[in-house]
Amino acid sequence: MTAIAHTGNGVAGAMAATTQFSSMPMVSTVTALQHGAAAGARPSDAQLVQFFHQMQLIRRFEERAAEQYTRRRIGGFLHLYVGEEAVATGTINRLRPDDYIVTHYRDHGHAIARGMDPNAVMAELFGRSTGVSRGKGGSMHLYDASRHFLGGYAIVAGHLPIACGLGMACQAEGDGRVCLCIFGDGAVNEGEFHEALNLASLWKLPVIFLCENNLYGMGTALAAASATSELYKFAEAYHIPGARCDGMDVRDCYRATGEALEHVRSGAGPYFLEAMTYRFRGHSMADPELYRSKEEVAQWRKKDPIATLREDLIARGVLSEQEAQQIERQVEDEVEAAVEFAEQSSNPDPRELFTDIYAESGRGHLARHTRSSAVGETTHADAGN
Amino acid sequence: MTMNLLTREEVEPAGAEMAADAPFSPESAVEMTVRDAIALALREELIADEHVFLMGEDIGAYGGSYVVTKGFFDEFGDKRIRDTPIAESVIVGSAIGAAMGGLKPIVELMTINFSLLALDQIVNHAAKILYMSGGQVNVPIVLRMVTGGGSQLGAQHSQNLEAWYARVPGLKVVCPATPYDALGMMRNAIQEANPYIFVEHSLLYRNKGLVPKEYYTVPAGKSVVRRTGKDVTLVGYLRSAHLNLEAAEILAKDGIEAEVIDLRSLRPLDLEPVIASVQRTNRAVVSEDAWLTGGFSSEISCQIQERAFDFLDAPVQRVNGADVPAPYSRELEDLAYPSTEDIVRAARSVL
Repeated sequence: MTAIAHTGNGVAGAMAATTQFSSMPMVSTVTALQHGAAAGARPSDAQLVQFFHQMQLIRRFEERAAEQYTRRRIGGFLHLYVGEEAVATGTINRLRPDDYIVTHYRDHGHAIARGMDPNAVMAELFGRSTGVSRGKGGSMHLYDASRHFLGGYAIVAGHLPIACGLGMACQAEGDGRVCLCIFGDGAVNEGEFHEALNLASLWKLPVIFLCENNLYGMGTALAAASATSELYKFAEAYHIPGARCDGMDVRDCYRATGEALEHVRSGAGPYFLEAMTYRFRGHSMADPELYRSKEEVAQWRKKDPIATLREDLIARGVLSEQEAQQIERQVEDEVEAAVEFAEQSSNPDPRELFTDIYAESGRGHLARHTRSSAVGETTHADAGN
Repeated sequence: MTMNLLTREEVEPAGAEMAADAPFSPESAVEMTVRDAIALALREELIADEHVFLMGEDIGAYGGSYVVTKGFFDEFGDKRIRDTPIAESVIVGSAIGAAMGGLKPIVELMTINFSLLALDQIVNHAAKILYMSGGQVNVPIVLRMVTGGGSQLGAQHSQNLEAWYARVPGLKVVCPATPYDALGMMRNAIQEANPYIFVEHSLLYRNKGLVPKEYYTVPAGKSVVRRTGKDVTLVGYLRSAHLNLEAAEILAKDGIEAEVIDLRSLRPLDLEPVIASVQRTNRAVVSEDAWLTGGFSSEISCQIQERAFDFLDAPVQRVNGADVPAPYSRELEDLAYPSTEDIVRAARSVL
C-alpha cells in the first residue's frame, strides 16, 4: 500500500447519492508485486507543468469541438472528456512509445495525451481527409499506428478482447511492452469484459485494464447497472491485482500507473486500475442529463483536475499566475489553429469510399511479421513502429 | 520461403510457378482428403513463419473436434497450438489484437453456429478496423469454421451461415469443396493480410481428390467450372457443388448436358463464369444448403437476371434448405436440406 490520495472523504460524501465506495486507494487481496521506490513515484514539477498544459489543451479542445458540433461542422456523436483529463494525462504519459493503447469512444483526450496532433484530430472530427483516420473513422475511431494508438471503439467492451491479443503480441516481442486498455464503468457487465479478464489472467497477458469510472454508463448510474460498485473487485475474481486511484488528480493517476506498469512489465500478468473520475458534461452532445442533479455536477466541478493542479502549482511557486495564463493563451492558439486547420482541409475524395476495404500487398500496416525471406506478393511487409 | 510439404522443396509462395487451376497430370499429384489438405496447409505455414499460431477450443490436447489438428500439439507445442477456454468473443478478439500487433493467428471456431458468439468481434471489429483507421492497421487473421448439417446434430449445431458473413464488407469468405481448393485456398488465406472466414463442411472432410505436388495457391474471388455443358447452368458451393455434379450425371443420361460451376468463394464473389455460361445455356439453377429466404442464391439469381436477362429462357431456379430450424429426426432432417433429386427436378423445370 503506498501513498494516500489527496481526496478522501470529500469524494465519498459527494458520492453518497449515487454509489457507495470507501476511501481510496486500495489494493485488492490479490497482491501485486512488491514495488520499488520508483514505481509509484510522483511526477516532477517540470512534468506537472507539462501535464497542466496538456490537460488544458484537452479541455479547450473538447470545448471548442462542442462549439463546432453545435455549428454542425462536426456530425454524428461527440463524447467529451471534460473533467476526466487527469486520467488520460496521468496514465498515458507514463507509457513507452512501443506500448499499445486501445480505448473507447470517448477518446479525444487519450489521443492528445498520446501526442497525436490536435490539428489532425480536429480534422478527423470534421471528417476531412487530413484527419488521423483520413475522415473515415470519426470521433469514435481515432487511430495512429505510429504511436501504437490502435483505436477508438464504439462497441462497449468490444475492444477488451483485442487488448488481450495485443498483450499476446507484446508477450511474443518479449521486451516488456504492454497494452493499456481503457474503458468505462459501463463496460464491466458485458460478457466480453469477463472473457477478456479471464483470458488475460489465464495466459498472464501484459494488459493494464484501466477503468475510467465516471459513475454513469450513458444515463444509467453504476449502482443501477452493476451488482458490484467497487469495480476493482471484479479483478479479484480473476486473480488480477486491482487498485483504485483518484481520477481527478493527475499525480495519483501517474503514481498508480507506475505501479501497474511495474507489475505488468515484469511478466506477472495483467493489472486492473479503477480511476474514480467524473465527466462534467453529458454522455454526448445529445444528452439532456436528466439522470443526475445539477448539484452533483457542481460538487464534482469543485474537484476540477486542472483547476486544482493550477492552484497547487501556483501555491507552491512552480508557476506564477502570469506563466499559467501564458500557457492558457498558448493553448487557445493551439486549439484555434486546430479548428482552422480542420476548416481549411478538404473532404475525402469520393473514391475513398471504396478504399481500405482490403489490405493489399505493400500497404503500410502495423503488423510486422516477417517470414524467413521476404514474401513480395502478400502482406508480410516489415513496417516500422 | 515455405517448404512445400509434398515435395520437401523450399518455395517462394509469391513466385509459385503453378497458377491456380492450372491443369496437372495424375502422375505429378497425390490423392488426399479435404481434411488432410487443410492440415497440410496449416503445417506448412506453422513451419514457415514463427508468427503463425493456432487458437481454438480443443485443438491441441484433444486433437481438434473435427480432427484437423491431430498431432499438431506434439509437433509444435502449446505456444503455437493454443487451447482456449470456451469464450468465442475473446478467442476472435484476441486473434484480432494479436494480428494487429504483428502475429498471425489462425482460429478454429469449431462450428459456424458458435461463431455467433463472436459476431461482434468478426463483424464490428475484424471487418472494419482497416477502414475505420483510414488504412493504417489491418487484421490478418483466418477464422476456420465448420458449417452445415445432415448429421442429426439438432437445430443449434446444423446451420449454414456463411452467406451472412459474405454480406459484410471487409471480410473474405471462402468455401472450398475439394482437397485442391482447400489446400490452395488455405495457403492463400494465411499468406494474405485480410480477415478470412474459411468455411469447411462437416460432410466434406473425407472427400478425396488429387492435389498437385507442385506448389500452388488459390486466391479468393475466383469461381471454377467443374463440368462443361450447353443445356443448363448449375451453380453451387460446398455440398451443393458436389450435388450439382451428381445431378449432371443423372441429367446426362437423358442427353441433358449441364454446366457445373463451383463458386468456392462467396466474398469476393466471381460470377463471370456464371454469366458467360448462362449466355450459352440460357437456363440457371442455383443451389445451397442454407435457408431459402434471403439466401445467397437470391443474390446470385438477382445478378444473373441483371446481367443476362436477355439470355434467360426461364426464371432462375433456387434450390435451398427449408426455412426451418434443423430437426433431429433423420427423415425430417433429410427433407430440410436440398438433395440431388431436388436439383435434377429444378433443372428439368427450366428446360
